[in-house]
Amino acid sequence: MKKLLIYLKPYRKEAILAPLFKMFEAILELLVPLVMAAIIDVGIPEGDNAFVWRMIGVLVLLGAVGLAAAMTAQYFSAKAAVGFAAGVRNALFSHLQSLSYKEIDRLGTSTMITRMTGDVNLLQTGVNLTLRLLLRSPFVVVGAMIMAFVVDPVSALIFVAVIPLLCFVVWLIMRITLPKYKGVQQRVDGVVLKTRENLSGVRVIRAFNKEEAEQREFGEKNEELTRFQCFVGRISALMNPLTYVIVNLGIVALIYVGALRVDGGLITQGMVVALINYMSQILVELVKFANLVVTVTKALAGAKRVSDVFALSSSQTSGDRTEGEGGDEILRFEEVGIRYYSDADPALSQISFTVKQGQTVGILGGTGSGKSTLVNLIPRFYDATEGTVFYRGADIRSYDAECLRSRMGIVPQKAVLFRGTVRENLKWGREDASDEDLWEALRIAQGEAFVRDKALGLDEPVEQNGRNFSGGQRQRLTVARALVRRPEILILDDSASALDYATEAALRNGLKNLPFECTTFIVSQRASSVRHADLIIVLEDGCAVGMGTHEELITSCEVYREIYYSQFEKEDASV
Amino acid sequence: MNRKNTLKTVFSYLKPYRVYLLCSLFLTLITVALTLMVPILTGKAVDRILGAGAVDFGGVIRILLYIGGAVAITSVCQWLMSLCNNRMTYGMVRDIRRDAFGRLRVLPLKYLDSHPIGDLVSRVITDVDTLADGLLMGFTQLFTGVVTILGTLVIMLVLDYRIALVVVFVTPVSLFVASFIAKRTHSFFSAQATTRGEQTALIDEMIGQQKIVRAFSYESRAKERFEDVNERLRATSLKAIFYSSLVNPCTRFVNSLVYAAVGLVGALSVISGGLTVGLLSGFLSYANQYTKPFNEISGVVTELQNALACAARVFALIEEKGEPEDPVVDRIPEQVDGDVSLHNVCFSYDPAKKLIEDLSLTVTPGQRIAIVGPTGCGKTTVINLLMRFYDPDSGSVRVENVDIRDMSRHSLRKHYGMVLQETWLKSGTVRDNIVMGKPDATDEEVIAAAKASHAHSFIKRLPEGYNTKIGEDGGGLSQGQKQLLCITRVMLCLPPMLILDEATSSIDTRTEHRIQRAFAKMMQGRTSFIVAHRLSTIREADVILVMKDGHVVEQGSHEMLLAKRGFYFELYNSQFAH
Repeated sequence: MKKLLIYLKPYRKEAILAPLFKMFEAILELLVPLVMAAIIDVGIPEGDNAFVWRMIGVLVLLGAVGLAAAMTAQYFSAKAAVGFAAGVRNALFSHLQSLSYKEIDRLGTSTMITRMTGDVNLLQTGVNLTLRLLLRSPFVVVGAMIMAFVVDPVSALIFVAVIPLLCFVVWLIMRITLPKYKGVQQRVDGVVLKTRENLSGVRVIRAFNKEEAEQREFGEKNEELTRFQCFVGRISALMNPLTYVIVNLGIVALIYVGALRVDGGLITQGMVVALINYMSQILVELVKFANLVVTVTKALAGAKRVSDVFALSSSQTSGDRTEGEGGDEILRFEEVGIRYYSDADPALSQISFTVKQGQTVGILGGTGSGKSTLVNLIPRFYDATEGTVFYRGADIRSYDAECLRSRMGIVPQKAVLFRGTVRENLKWGREDASDEDLWEALRIAQGEAFVRDKALGLDEPVEQNGRNFSGGQRQRLTVARALVRRPEILILDDSASALDYATEAALRNGLKNLPFECTTFIVSQRASSVRHADLIIVLEDGCAVGMGTHEELITSCEVYREIYYSQFEKEDASV
Repeated sequence: MNRKNTLKTVFSYLKPYRVYLLCSLFLTLITVALTLMVPILTGKAVDRILGAGAVDFGGVIRILLYIGGAVAITSVCQWLMSLCNNRMTYGMVRDIRRDAFGRLRVLPLKYLDSHPIGDLVSRVITDVDTLADGLLMGFTQLFTGVVTILGTLVIMLVLDYRIALVVVFVTPVSLFVASFIAKRTHSFFSAQATTRGEQTALIDEMIGQQKIVRAFSYESRAKERFEDVNERLRATSLKAIFYSSLVNPCTRFVNSLVYAAVGLVGALSVISGGLTVGLLSGFLSYANQYTKPFNEISGVVTELQNALACAARVFALIEEKGEPEDPVVDRIPEQVDGDVSLHNVCFSYDPAKKLIEDLSLTVTPGQRIAIVGPTGCGKTTVINLLMRFYDPDSGSVRVENVDIRDMSRHSLRKHYGMVLQETWLKSGTVRDNIVMGKPDATDEEVIAAAKASHAHSFIKRLPEGYNTKIGEDGGGLSQGQKQLLCITRVMLCLPPMLILDEATSSIDTRTEHRIQRAFAKMMQGRTSFIVAHRLSTIREADVILVMKDGHVVEQGSHEMLLAKRGFYFELYNSQFAH
């Protein structure tokens, strides 16, 4: 939380002035009962109409100055809160961008997005209300008590008893109910889960005729939520009646004590009225304060979550090397292994191989065998926890990470496009690519035809996540995007899964005859995709169980054979 | 749905709780009446404290006892009123939610498929919550507000009509000011909402797809774009927040004007002898509180409008037309062996885009039908028609020569076993998921089915075996394991007809092999429809439906289709002959 306060620093002036103006307004409000007391004690007994008019003029003036003060305070606090939130968001965005894959995985996308939107909004509201009320409310409460002392120290003792009692009641009820709201939320989550599940599984539920059973389960969860809501409601509904009773008993006490004091000639009737007014003011402020505490509690929880994200730091450091050694060896793995968590089984272990410039490497294996992990080490998305990866003869960690990645074209497993146009998406690969470059990349990626078919061609809009393109089209566009870069190393991470076999074959053919020299890594579950590679690495449970060409592996590697024949019947394999 | 109908529906949901409503109204009346009494009593007490030696102690104490009594009754009534309101609101909300959920089970898939899950969930959850908040606020503050305003007016008129007139004429100014500001700020708020939406979309893309951003070194440009939209958001938010926060100070100012006016008129009438000091203090406390119900009511009205808008969305869901009713007489075929036929079936999701045209097919018991074709050609549509997830536009689907529209959906679906590509599991235990089709299955039966589908060995290794809890959508299990559980589910009830989607893309070859064996075992002697990806399945099929762009372009056995040298021949060569 403290760390977040630095984003309030540029608005220090506003953050100090806002509460000060609020206090000023409060002081003016506290003067009102005194003015009224003067009217009752001076103006009325003396029948002085002019005095009454003057005092009323003072009241209006107090109101007007109070309005000006309040407006100034609102402006300053809004400015500080909004500026603070913008600062936190910018910093958070940059921070998230600096994290390595490891931290990104740990956080998860939806968490990152809620932190940046919902939580920062909570913070903004929290800061805004705090600046406005945190000083004002206690000030009015304490101020009312002080004014009571000014009016009559003996009657003021009633305030000394009432205020702590009120605070205790408010505190107690909030203490009991605030944690209970978490319970309500949990039950809401249960209802959400059931609803979501029923929608995503509607076909299965109907196929198994489970509609009624599901409705019953939903009914139970729904009932439980209602019961809990009523239970929490019963407790929090105590707040208003209890505070009302306490304040009014305070007033009863004030009148009684006041009667004694007035009878003894110690105070006047007007003073009793003023004291009653101060007591009423406390009630109003306390209710506001209770609402503030709820908001601030929420904001603090948000602040904690945001701070936790800031506390994460990237586990990677970048070197400054931009050029490698000579020679035609482009990549070398030496005894490489990686564990995602220190206590987990290794995702990869003991991987060693060398790749020469221009070669094609196929990586084959089942789900969870470590294929993606292996290729993710090449652009340094993750760092090896054992062994070393060499790029052009030097430790990959000694390179400037951005420079390293700019030489690689990556086609991820999930075909992701961004909102904009086809051209804008392809230009992610290279900012200054010409239209001819883009068309050439599309041609190789087997995407030329369908882009040409679009009314606007390269300017065809792409919706969020590229949902106006089919899965296969998206995959081809992502391949083209990587090709536009004319990379030294091209990594295709199972990026043809949504293509039918014919298109995949054409794509493979295109990649074989690239107009520039490129070392290609192809990750696949299909033996046919990798069978013509110069080097095939067969992975199982993170270990390389076979390495070589198709001809070598078909005779030497049991796992390769098994995969191969499961996809091609024996008799077809010879084709 | 227009507002009037929405309100009507809200009232119909309120009906079962009308006792609570009446109690709440009654308690409100008592509460407000007593609350309004207190300032008058206080004033009367003050009038008995005139000065040194001029205090009527007997009178003061009597009045103080009244005040004590009134306060005690008020607080008890207030609490009871809250309880009634809670019970009423949460009960109504529960009923609405139950009905909305209940609607989900009868809505046609056409509706469900065309509405994003997030949207429907937000109707059942968020919209209903907003409605609850609005109702609760409405019940507690609207009655109280209205009654307080009327009560105050009446009392003031009775006590002193001049002061009452002052209050009546000045107070509306505060309402006017509030609505003036609200109108002005509305445009700022919508500007803020637009910019915020823009920002969220950008965050969604850039953070959601951060790995791609990283891979293409797009970080600095992403940051530039973000800072730009963030700065715009800051500017619009400042305006929206500042102008909207003016409402309170402004109404407070109007309030202090009312206070001053009452003070002036009151003090002058005390001097001229028409009013006592105690009554003046009573008036002043009314003046202090009088704008409060007005402000509350305007807040409630906004909140209620919002709640009604949400209610309309929920009710639209509840009143959405369901699937055609099941026939009154359920024509269940005497025995279902797996005789399925399609007669001149036409179907399309979108009338403008023809999909399936004039498809006829006769399947005898035990036959295997393979459906093949390029990605996205509409293979699942056939499954949708067979299971009656959708009804054909014309033509008919028959089982044992009975039109499936003449049977109840339950009796039709009972005879099908279905394993889809999207493996769906419900949150619950492994066992819960397996027994979906046969809830009364014994443990032995469950284990036998799991063994038959080769799932037993991995289930055994789970922390608590068959009682292991699995999270939402099978969290914690691999794709292959989920698939095996879905197969076990069908294996347990073994209906005469099967629908299988040979999903392969995300499963490793060895698991696939196991799944393959499980499928094979299941299909023995059963009519099966298979969305086929594998050559072996296709070749062994009795009939192959070749689909392209939603049409069945060819139909026949493997040899027949190859000999035809048509689309299938092409597909076969590109896919399987490398």
